[in-house]
Amino acid sequence: MASLSPTVRLQPPAPTDVVTVAHPELITLDRLSLWYGAAQALKDISFGIRERLVTAFIGPSGCGKSTLLRCLNRMNELIEGVRLSGTVRIAGQDIYAPGVDVIELRRRVGMVFQRSNPFPKSVYENIAYALRLQGVRRRRELDEVVEKSLRAAALWDEVKDRLHASALGLSGGQQQRLCIARAIAVQPDILLMDEPASALDPIATAKIEDLILDLKRDYTIVIVTHNMQQAARISDYTAFFYLGELIEYDTTARLFTNPARKQTEDYVTGRFG
Amino acid sequence: MPPPAHGTPRVPDWTSLARGRRVRPLEWLAERVLMALAFTALVVICLIFLFVGREAWPIFAGRVDSSLARELQDVIPPEDLDKTPPERLRLYLGLTREQFAAMDRDTLRELMEVRIEAREQIPDDKDALLNTVRWRYLIGPHQWTGYDRPVYIWQPVSAIHKYNLVPLVVGSLKATLVALAFAVPLALAAAIYVSQLANPRAREWLKPGIELLAGIPSVVLGFFALIVLATLMQRLFGYPSRLNALVAGVALGLAVIPVVFSVAEDALTSVPRSYAEAALALGSTRWQAAWQIVLPAALPGVFAAVVLGFGRAIGETMIVLMASGNASILSWNPLDSVRTLTATIAAELAETVVGGHHYRMLFVIGVLLFAVTFLSNLAGEWFIHRLRARLEGQR
Repeated sequence: MASLSPTVRLQPPAPTDVVTVAHPELITLDRLSLWYGAAQALKDISFGIRERLVTAFIGPSGCGKSTLLRCLNRMNELIEGVRLSGTVRIAGQDIYAPGVDVIELRRRVGMVFQRSNPFPKSVYENIAYALRLQGVRRRRELDEVVEKSLRAAALWDEVKDRLHASALGLSGGQQQRLCIARAIAVQPDILLMDEPASALDPIATAKIEDLILDLKRDYTIVIVTHNMQQAARISDYTAFFYLGELIEYDTTARLFTNPARKQTEDYVTGRFG
Repeated sequence: MPPPAHGTPRVPDWTSLARGRRVRPLEWLAERVLMALAFTALVVICLIFLFVGREAWPIFAGRVDSSLARELQDVIPPEDLDKTPPERLRLYLGLTREQFAAMDRDTLRELMEVRIEAREQIPDDKDALLNTVRWRYLIGPHQWTGYDRPVYIWQPVSAIHKYNLVPLVVGSLKATLVALAFAVPLALAAAIYVSQLANPRAREWLKPGIELLAGIPSVVLGFFALIVLATLMQRLFGYPSRLNALVAGVALGLAVIPVVFSVAEDALTSVPRSYAEAALALGSTRWQAAWQIVLPAALPGVFAAVVLGFGRAIGETMIVLMASGNASILSWNPLDSVRTLTATIAAELAETVVGGHHYRMLFVIGVLLFAVTFLSNLAGEWFIHRLRARLEGQR
């Protein structure tokens, strides 16, 4: 790795005192590189993600933003032939160190996928399954958390009369909110979202965005998005990736209005990508 | 087409759209040929069924009489040849008019003597009067002469032809159930492992390896069961009859495993990866994701695999013919020898008189097999349909 270009360490920019105290750095990436077989997908990425804020990853297709997201809960390991160097620390702990319990890690770092993927079970069972994995068995507790999670995902009113009907009968937007409800039912600390609204219509998208703004009080949210307006609307920090490299990382306001790099400016103004 | 000259707009000609069905005649012809071939398959199946059904029909219609003695109840002594009216004599000897006309007195006299001999050879048995292919003897128990209670017996070549189907049906079911009990857990475990848990290199070897089992001729499996498996299992468990439903079922299971495995593995693999991913992202282990999420989602396909395995097991002939012992004993004990429906047809058809009651009974068995597989497939299809509808959220 030493032969690679010198690392540009992009500090979380200009931290005001309020931000550092209320939102300390939770996830630290240090010189993270990743290969799919011989192809390098991530190149020497180092930066920090702050607690209980929304951080957006933007960039053109194939820039590695989804790959990076999957590094944060080790879902990348499900793909054959993945190699990785560098470290990812969450609250100071190297999550790739030997002896780390991947199952526990994934419980603490929840994930919502691009295409909604509810299980072919009832609405209720979708969430109850997540809870049962944690050993929750008592019916009353299950009922309680199912309702709480559905309310938190702003879905309760729409599904309360059909809790025991198949989740696959819901609309696309409802299914995605159900997936979010399922992800937050187990009370993770971090919520990863991989283009959660890319397959939804504008109204459903708006609901998801409202939900994200709601959830950031309690969760550290990292969201991958293709939609720059969306990143501008909901995120506090934005990281711009291009061809596997981190080009720029800054507060969303600054990255969109006053980017430091020409490439970033070209992308956010829609000149390419 | 050259670009239109400046100022004169190009006028498209739409009339060429209507060209009738003469366009692309080769494609039309090819489509018709394929259609004909596809329907041929259906027609062939229908013809087979019609043939089997036609041969079995007289029994269903009650037109066959297997009783030995009824037609021989009253005999005409040869001395009475001249006193008997010719028409009665002809019917008595079972001759056509032409045959009767062509015969001289000596021949007729000899035939009458043969008749007397036949009468003497009939077992002195009240059962000789019974028409044993009537339904009450085919499916109900009957107390035959010499038995102390009503029994179910298939003994088509004994003095009295006993055609009870129950021991054969039970035998077929017994061997099939043993086969499924042995094969389904193994095949499903292998399918779950190969499709969900194995790493790609292991999968590359396992999948074709197990499916290769389907390529072993059943006569080889039967041979293996007859020589190796039977001895081995008798030594292990120490039961009295060496060839029995257990041995036949296990060997049958070897033939069923690749069928169930192949279909179940396909069903499991075709469950969207996103289900397993969702479960893993929630913090399930790979085992939990496979068992609790992927398997229930693949249940219609897995059930189809089991139905297919059932059809394969109940229709398989050579293995059971070689390894089951072929004794038509009615019992549910898997350690008794059994005779299955299929093995009965295979073993007996060559020795029957074409058109005779034994021959026709074997075709009744054929119809029975056909009906069982058809109904099990139908029930399976219905159940799969329901399951799928439930999974897809239509109910």
